Amino acid sequence: MLIWEVSTLLNMMHIEKSFNIGTINEKKVLNDLSLTINDGDFITVIGGNGAGKSTMLNTIAGVYKVDGGRILLDGQDITYKSETDRAQYIGRVFQDPMMGTAPTMMIEENLAMAYRRTKKRGLGWGISAKEREIYRQALAQLGLGLEDRMSTKVGLLSGGQRQAVTLLMATLQKPKLLLLDEHTAALDPATSAKVLELSDKIIKENNLTALMVTHNMQNAIDYGNRLVMMNGGRIILDISGEEKKRLTIEDLLKKFESVSGGKFTTDSVLLG
Amino acid sequence: MITTATLISGLAQGLIWAIMTLGVYITFRILDIADLTVEGSFPLGAAVTAVLINGGMHPVLAVFMAILAGCAAGLVTGIFHTIFKIPAILSGILTMIALYSVNIRIMSDKATVAIVQPSVKKLMQNLLPEGTPSNTISIVLGVIVCLAIVALLYYFFGTEIGCAVRATGSNQNMARSLGVRTDRIIILGLMISNALVALSGSLIAQLDYGSALVTMGQGTIVIGLASVIIGEVIFIRKDRNFAIKLIAIIAGAIIYRTIIACALTFSFLKATDLKIITAIIVSIALALPVIKQSIAERKLRAENAKRFETEFLNADMGGEHVA
Repeated sequence: MLIWEVSTLLNMMHIEKSFNIGTINEKKVLNDLSLTINDGDFITVIGGNGAGKSTMLNTIAGVYKVDGGRILLDGQDITYKSETDRAQYIGRVFQDPMMGTAPTMMIEENLAMAYRRTKKRGLGWGISAKEREIYRQALAQLGLGLEDRMSTKVGLLSGGQRQAVTLLMATLQKPKLLLLDEHTAALDPATSAKVLELSDKIIKENNLTALMVTHNMQNAIDYGNRLVMMNGGRIILDISGEEKKRLTIEDLLKKFESVSGGKFTTDSVLLG
Repeated sequence: MITTATLISGLAQGLIWAIMTLGVYITFRILDIADLTVEGSFPLGAAVTAVLINGGMHPVLAVFMAILAGCAAGLVTGIFHTIFKIPAILSGILTMIALYSVNIRIMSDKATVAIVQPSVKKLMQNLLPEGTPSNTISIVLGVIVCLAIVALLYYFFGTEIGCAVRATGSNQNMARSLGVRTDRIIILGLMISNALVALSGSLIAQLDYGSALVTMGQGTIVIGLASVIIGEVIFIRKDRNFAIKLIAIIAGAIIYRTIIACALTFSFLKATDLKIITAIIVSIALALPVIKQSIAERKLRAENAKRFETEFLNADMGGEHVA
């Protein structure tokens, strides 16, 4: 019997994940990874390419099943639950703005799909007049004027607009955990900043627990209450509270070098 | 000679074939899968109906069994595709090939089974005034069945599950992240599609051929695609209501059948040329967007080239014209 604190939302214990098992291309991506996420945490995740950041998020979401270890969500063992089963607890926004929305469906239809994330779908109407009012108000919060274009096909929106809609969709039904996988990386700097601000606002207003992967160190420092750094498929640094507030990029780089014994390899991490 | 009779026969056949086209529309346009199962499920519907009617079953019940058989065919393709991850096209081909043997088994090792017991056609004849022409029977029944299917599909694709089907066809990744069991949804879509195709095959056998032929499925997918594309090209502007889209697809099937009926009145064409005519129609329709785009681009380039010569070149070169 496992015992942990009540405030623990997600517990990843000794997670192992390899790709192309049994082939010459076998690669261990998560290597004895352990992470505990507390209720209300907003954690930023940084690390070089191939550190395992996206893979970690995907194992939490159930896209990949782990090879070893256990994942507990709110006290429930979800290690081998399917992606669709976990969808009722987890909201996700992806790096590719095209991935989170159905382009051939209207904005309101996309929201209606998201509104039913936690429910079993039946033969009732896919969208009701009452819901439309909820969506209108939710869209108005984005400040993009989308509340007046609810019957526009999502495919006609820009990347930034689509990402904002996806963010709204991921949080329309309050998720236990929100996973943001480099969700602003494909946007231009101004739009990226806007979507990031919006994410922060939504997370704060709804008291969400969130995990955000980013390649931008400054963003990782500025947002959230906790910062974890990954390397070689495990967490090598976990900073929170006052210590995180005082962090600078130089500190992070130094810490990375001392913990990992190497240099941060990618420029994009620095330049963001 | 193209006569009124030719046009009426096009309408009569088109309405029944339209049911199959609606099935193809569901997989091709909504699920984004070109499902070749239809080549087998179309004669499957006919075979099941013919054998059951001849065995003494009530024709309406026999049609219902044909629909179930179509569902089963879709289920098999769906399992190949979703559970065993076989590419959709190949999954369809596998079921199609298997159905050829199955259909011959159903028809007791014969390539053709004539429907000798009263069929749905006979029921209709009893309902309608005596001496109603065969084409009129097809038109009446076709209109009723097509409208019923449009109503059902319109309702279904507006429901939560229907929306999940559309979302799965549009973006599987998104659907899964929102808790849609995409595998089951794809299987469901394939089942509905093939049920409609089998229904169409069943009715064609009863109203048009008077028998089930094992070869009657040949080219079904291409005929279906041709009808879908014709319907879309002619009737559908961007954001049309879903019911209007479905009706446009039916119109596409009617136009396709009429074109074929007219083409066959030309003395230099033989009935066996039908397939190449279909292939040509579909190729042209599928190539149309590319051709349009290329023409538009050329036009724009020519205009800009002219502008470049008259405005920029003279100015940049100090008024001198460089050839």
